[in-house]
Amino acid sequence: MTVLFYASAAVATVGSLLAVTRTKALHALIYLILALFAVALCFLSLGAPFVAALEVIVYAGAIMVLILFVIMMLNLGPESWARERRLLPRHAWLVPTIMAGALVGLTLVAILGAPQQATQAASVGPKAVGVALFSTYLIGVELASVLLLVGLVGAYYLGAKK
Amino acid sequence: MTPQVTSAAMSATAAVPTGHVLAVAAILIAIGTFGVLLRRNLIFMLMALEVALNGAALAFIGAAARWGTADGQVFVLFIMVMAAAEVAVGLALILQIYRRTSTLDADILDTLQG
Repeated sequence: MTVLFYASAAVATVGSLLAVTRTKALHALIYLILALFAVALCFLSLGAPFVAALEVIVYAGAIMVLILFVIMMLNLGPESWARERRLLPRHAWLVPTIMAGALVGLTLVAILGAPQQATQAASVGPKAVGVALFSTYLIGVELASVLLLVGLVGAYYLGAKK
Repeated sequence: MTPQVTSAAMSATAAVPTGHVLAVAAILIAIGTFGVLLRRNLIFMLMALEVALNGAALAFIGAAARWGTADGQVFVLFIMVMAAAEVAVGLALILQIYRRTSTLDADILDTLQG
């Protein structure tokens, strides 16, 4: 499981980096889906099989297909690839790299400098998650359903042709 | 409930240290921030946000694995619901912006003069 975690973490990092730097929208989306699969494997190796399955089904399945549909509707052809490349000149990389690099560097020093604590090897199955979801966090489930309803109505209203 | 962890206990269980999980989560969040800062196309900014949200979810799973409870997994489910609603509304906004202005460049969309 340890090897699985480090391997999928490496794939997730590389996939995410490629996803945010590609100029072709579809390629970026495919790399993002690869990264999501790798993150799902991380979840699995950390003893969360239910969330790993939902990550693949809901995130990589439903949400990414939504983005895919919009990319198709926007009809981003070769001229948009060239435009994206124009939007990413060499000097545009400098400030984001420095800022994100400083952020991650300081955080890594703080996290890895602290005394390490091991994760538990036992996996927490769907039953335990369901019990916690519908007892302790019942109000959260209701709020989430309201949020989804508002998102549905809002997306319908905003997306309508006016 | 005191953290009773030594390097000997860690090597005995051969599990991933919590700090390494949090480190990967921090890297993912930083990559997402990097993408939002770097890109000017709204679709790519939305995709970079998804990367950052996944980093946050991984941090929750790391904490859940640290304590061996289901609470962290429940919060990841809430993150997924939030991401679904965010992507639906965000993509509807992007489509509407594209219909009205025929561009997705965030630097051109400055009519609010922010």
